[in-house]
Formats: sequence, C-alpha cells, structure tokens
Amino acid sequence: MNPLEVLAALGGRVLRLLQSLGHASFFFTELVRHIPAALRRFELAVVQIHAIGNLSLVIIVTSGTAVGGVLALQSYYALSRYGAAESVGLLVALSLLRELGPVLTALLFAGRAGTSLTAEIGLMKAGEQLAAMEMMAIDPRSRVLAPRFVAGIVSMPLLGAIFSAVGVVGAYVIAVLLIGIDSAAFWSQMQDGVDVVKDIGDGMVKTVVFGVAATFVALYMGYESNATPEGVAQATTRTVVVSSVAGLILDFLLTSLMFHTS
Amino acid sequence: MGKKQIETLVGLFVLLGALAIVFLALKAANLASFSFDATYGLSARFDNVGGLKVRAPVKSAGVTVGRIRSITFDDKNFQGVVSMQIDRRYRFPADTSAKILTSGLLGDQYVGLEPGGDDKNLNAGDAIKMTQSAVVLENLIGQMIYRKAAEGVKKEDKAGQ
Repeated sequence: MNPLEVLAALGGRVLRLLQSLGHASFFFTELVRHIPAALRRFELAVVQIHAIGNLSLVIIVTSGTAVGGVLALQSYYALSRYGAAESVGLLVALSLLRELGPVLTALLFAGRAGTSLTAEIGLMKAGEQLAAMEMMAIDPRSRVLAPRFVAGIVSMPLLGAIFSAVGVVGAYVIAVLLIGIDSAAFWSQMQDGVDVVKDIGDGMVKTVVFGVAATFVALYMGYESNATPEGVAQATTRTVVVSSVAGLILDFLLTSLMFHTS
Repeated sequence: MGKKQIETLVGLFVLLGALAIVFLALKAANLASFSFDATYGLSARFDNVGGLKVRAPVKSAGVTVGRIRSITFDDKNFQGVVSMQIDRRYRFPADTSAKILTSGLLGDQYVGLEPGGDDKNLNAGDAIKMTQSAVVLENLIGQMIYRKAAEGVKKEDKAGQ
C-alpha cells in the first residue's frame, strides 16, 4: 500500500474516534440536562429501577455469595501457611469493598441490565417509536432515556452494596461455619482493618461512577444503533464490550486516585 | 404487574440496599466504636520510624488505646514526627515513653506506650519526650556481621601470637 494511504487511513481513524467521542459527550450533557425532568416524573424511573435493579438481584446475590465464599476458601489456603488464617475475613472484606464488589457488580450490571437497555432502545428506534414520540412533541430523551439513566445511577450503588454484603456473609459461611475459624477473630480482624470512609465510602463512590458510565454507554449504544435487527445486535454487543472495558479502566484510575496512600 | 406492586418491590430493593450498607458499616467496619471527638492527640519524635504506617495501632500493655493519625518528617532535626489519636478514656503520665515495636517477627509495626510514674498526665497536643526508634533489621544484621568479623580478626591475632 502507498505510504500516503496508510497515513490517510490512520488520520481518518483518529478523526472518526474523536468525532464519536465528541458525539458521545454531547449525548452525555443532554442526558444530564434531562435528569430534572426524570426526577419530576419519578414514577417512570421507579418502573425502570424495578427492571434494572430488582430483576438483577438474583444474579448479584448468587455471584456475591459465590465470590465471597471462593475468596475465603482460596485466601485460607494461602494465609494458613503463615498462621494468619484469622485474617481471612479482613482480606475478603477489603477486596470486596475496595475492588471486587464495585467491579464485578459493574460487569454483571453491563451484562444483565445494560444489554436490555440497549436492545430496548435500539428496537424502539428501529420500530420508529422514538420518532413517533417526537412527532407528538414528546421529547424521548426526557420520557425514555433520562428515567433509565436515573434508574441506573440509583440501582448500581445499591447492587454494589448488596454484592459486598452477601460476599462477606458468604465468606463467613465458608471460613467460620465450614473451615472453623474463630468467629470473634474473623469479625474483629475485619473491623480492625476496614475503615468506614476510606473503604466503604470510596467503594460506594466507585459504584456510583460505574453506574453512570455503564448506563450511559448502554443508552448511547441503543440510541445510536442502526435501525436494523443487525444494528441492534451489534449495539448490544458493543454495550457489553465498551462498558466492561470502561469500567475496568475507570476502576484503575479511581483506585490509583483513592488508595495511593497506606 | 400493577403499579402499586412495582413500587412495593422497588421499595423493598432500596431497603435491601440500605440494609447492606448498614450491615457493612456496623459489622465489617465497626462504626459503633468509631467516633470523632472521643480522642485526643499526642505526638512523638523518632529517629527512625521504620515501617510504621498511618492508622497503625497505638498499644499499651498490649491493648489498643489509639491509632496513628499522621507521620511527617521534620527537616530541622531530621526526625520522624508521629502524631497519634488516643482514646479519651485513657490517660498517661507525663513521663510516658513510646517505642516502635513489631507484632511477631515480621508483622506490622505499632507504637507501644510505656507509662512512667509521674503524677501529672499528658494533655492533648503534648509531645512524648522519651522515644525508642524502630529496630531496622538491616542494621541489626549489619552489626552482627561486623561483630563476627571483629571476633574473626581477634582470633587470627591470637593465633599469630
């Protein structure tokens, strides 16, 4: 290939990337601008919280318990070599609250709720429902998108907290009831090392950020999807990929900002 | 599904989330014993703070009586300044000494307070005068090697005589 063509291809790619980033940020500001409208008609958001939050509970609770239990089992094998088996609770609680709780909830959220949001909005667009709304002078952004955005931001921190809590309970079941670590040592080690503001608070901040990111990606992909069955399928795939990668990158950034000391 | 039913379910979900946060705060992080004003500050200067970390415990007679709030470096006398938050229930005599100790052989370091016999107590913001620095393992090993080498030289001298 002609070197000039390669250069042109590279330039075109960068320009398209910047263009889509600009497009996405415009969409984001529009979404944020329509949040008050969604809060005024909160019953619309409540229905969406049911669809996003309540229906995700089963997968969040089962995976939270499983992750907590597996973490306890695995860290027990490593820690018992150093005679520090009582620290299992502390290790599990810190890893759940700081990292695994928010990140795994975000990944599950993208898979469970993000995809359904994208598919729903993509099909609404394909079926020209959004266009019909605009014809009736109803802004689909405040009627359809903003309530889902609010619902995602509300649901995600709650799901993250539930994930971490059942994870700790799962670890308790494995470590104390099955392995036989002293229950008092399990809890006191945990309480000694976990800080309310630094660990629980920062974990909650993470879940809020992930909630905003994952819901935004899902809505954007749905709204910008091609109005064909193929387009909706592609958009759904892209939602999972983009929001998972974005969640992991954001997690890295937030972790390095929050926990750089101690 | 009726609107009322959905609202009830959402209410249940929010309640569950709130309960999870309360559970984590109380059971995993012990918010109950976490309070802002039930402590007073003390400071101590050490020639070497070793591996002491912020939020490490301050112990007396093995009982945790407070936590390290901050560790800073004083570039006037080149010492580490450790400020501690001590539980208000516990008072210490003015001639209390502070040591940096290690839990176990290679465990985390903490500050141990050894009370003296003074009638007066330390007040908030006071500095602990008598301190003993952290034991740095490298220095200890260095001393041991030096001593062994010195013994070796002595033996050689004796053999030569």
